[in-house]
Amino acid sequence: MTETAKIVLEGVAKSFGSKHVLRGVDLCVQQGQSTVIIGGSGTGKSVTLKCVLGLISPDAGSITVDGQDVSRLRGRARETMLDKFGMLFQGGALFDSLLVWENVAFRMLQGRRKLPRHDARDLAIEKLRRVGLTPETADLYPAELSGGMQKRVGLARAIAAEPEIIFFDEPTTGLDPIMADVINELIREIVVEMGATAMTITHDMSSVRKIADRVAMLHDGVIQWEGPVDDIDATENPYVHQFVNGLAEGPIEAIR
Amino acid sequence: MAILSLIQGFLASIGAAVLGLCQAAGHLTLFAGASTSHIVRPPIYPVELWRQFLRIGYFSLPVVGLTALFTGAALALQIYIGGSRFNAESVVPSIVAIGMTRELGPVLGALMVAGRVSASIAAEIGTMRVTEQIDALTTLSTNPLKYLVVPRLVAATIALPMLAFLGDIIGIMGAFLVGVGRLGFNEATYIQITWDFLEFGDVTSGLIKAAVFGFIIAMMGCYHGYNSGRGAQGVGRATTNAVVSASVLIFASNYVLTEILFAA
Repeated sequence: MTETAKIVLEGVAKSFGSKHVLRGVDLCVQQGQSTVIIGGSGTGKSVTLKCVLGLISPDAGSITVDGQDVSRLRGRARETMLDKFGMLFQGGALFDSLLVWENVAFRMLQGRRKLPRHDARDLAIEKLRRVGLTPETADLYPAELSGGMQKRVGLARAIAAEPEIIFFDEPTTGLDPIMADVINELIREIVVEMGATAMTITHDMSSVRKIADRVAMLHDGVIQWEGPVDDIDATENPYVHQFVNGLAEGPIEAIR
Repeated sequence: MAILSLIQGFLASIGAAVLGLCQAAGHLTLFAGASTSHIVRPPIYPVELWRQFLRIGYFSLPVVGLTALFTGAALALQIYIGGSRFNAESVVPSIVAIGMTRELGPVLGALMVAGRVSASIAAEIGTMRVTEQIDALTTLSTNPLKYLVVPRLVAATIALPMLAFLGDIIGIMGAFLVGVGRLGFNEATYIQITWDFLEFGDVTSGLIKAAVFGFIIAMMGCYHGYNSGRGAQGVGRATTNAVVSASVLIFASNYVLTEILFAA
């Protein structure tokens, strides 16, 4: 595979009041690769993803997607850029007032890629099947589903428009270990099958080992280490060593 | 020395409150400007607009209708008492008509809708903010202002005049029932006086007011929900602020509109 940079972050900084969350994040995600960002709670993993998506404007630095600087995009240009993305949110972020299939086919019901309603529904059912849900689920409301099913629906929505880039925000949080493994398997399968570029944030090490091609460790607002997933156990980086082994002692303070 | 620092503290607290108010007014103005500019720019979401129209207009009809009915009935009794002091009981139909159409129909109807709809909009959009549904909309290439705010603003601005018009009719009917059943008015005479006395401008001025109130109600609900703080407490505060600010702005804009329409 030829390595082409899909997403590049250079010196990305973001502060909220006096709290400096990102102090100069540098990260390069190659096309077709699955990169997982690890780090403790409150270290700015979600802020990093939201900066790439334009949900939060960085104070400094540049973010490029396919060579285009996206950090200052507005309006229609940003919407077009976001067509490349799919995102699975930590809590699912499914729209309560819409049926499951309407959630999955949201882009095909509203946006520039609008399809006739029955075609959009057929596509939603196909995507629901892909994540292991039956067509009967399509006509339920999100509140009628279990946490695991909501994650699957969120995953189906993220992949419905076959995006080039998929972001996963804590995909296994709040799930039992078996369901977490099912979701990890699905993510891996789908990313490989679609050839998509994936960026995941998590502190679940079993997810990391299952999903990642490469791993980046974020702490103190900068990437402390970045490398292939096979190297995370062998690296001598003290941050990665402490995090991977879940040690209370080390450079990462237990109380933040 | 102690008195001086007390005075300084007092002045500082007033200054902080004024600055906070100016900041909030600035934020609200920018939000209203951005939202309003999206009304005329595609894409529009007709299904969402219809859904909001039903929710804000149709489902508010019982509460507005009952409020107007009882207000009209009470107004008839009060005007009868006042009128009887100078032998002018016959003014009941005409004063009820003008009072309902120009003032009480739109204002009381809007206050009832503010309590019902502003709160519900703020709670819904606030919950969407807290559960990242608004972020999800953005990642799905959908502008949240267009999808969430514009349909509510347009629906409320159209629905409120309709509700006010129906409220006018129901209020006058409430007064008619009391006038005929309790105060001894002749049915035909009551209707004739009401019809003869009412002018086109009485009704239209009330409807113009109602449209402005509808815009205020939806804007306050959307603004506070969209900028809701985190957690249940944040959503609760947004809901309260939406109802309080909508109610106060309804009264304030009512005076301004009455002055403008009075001069016209």
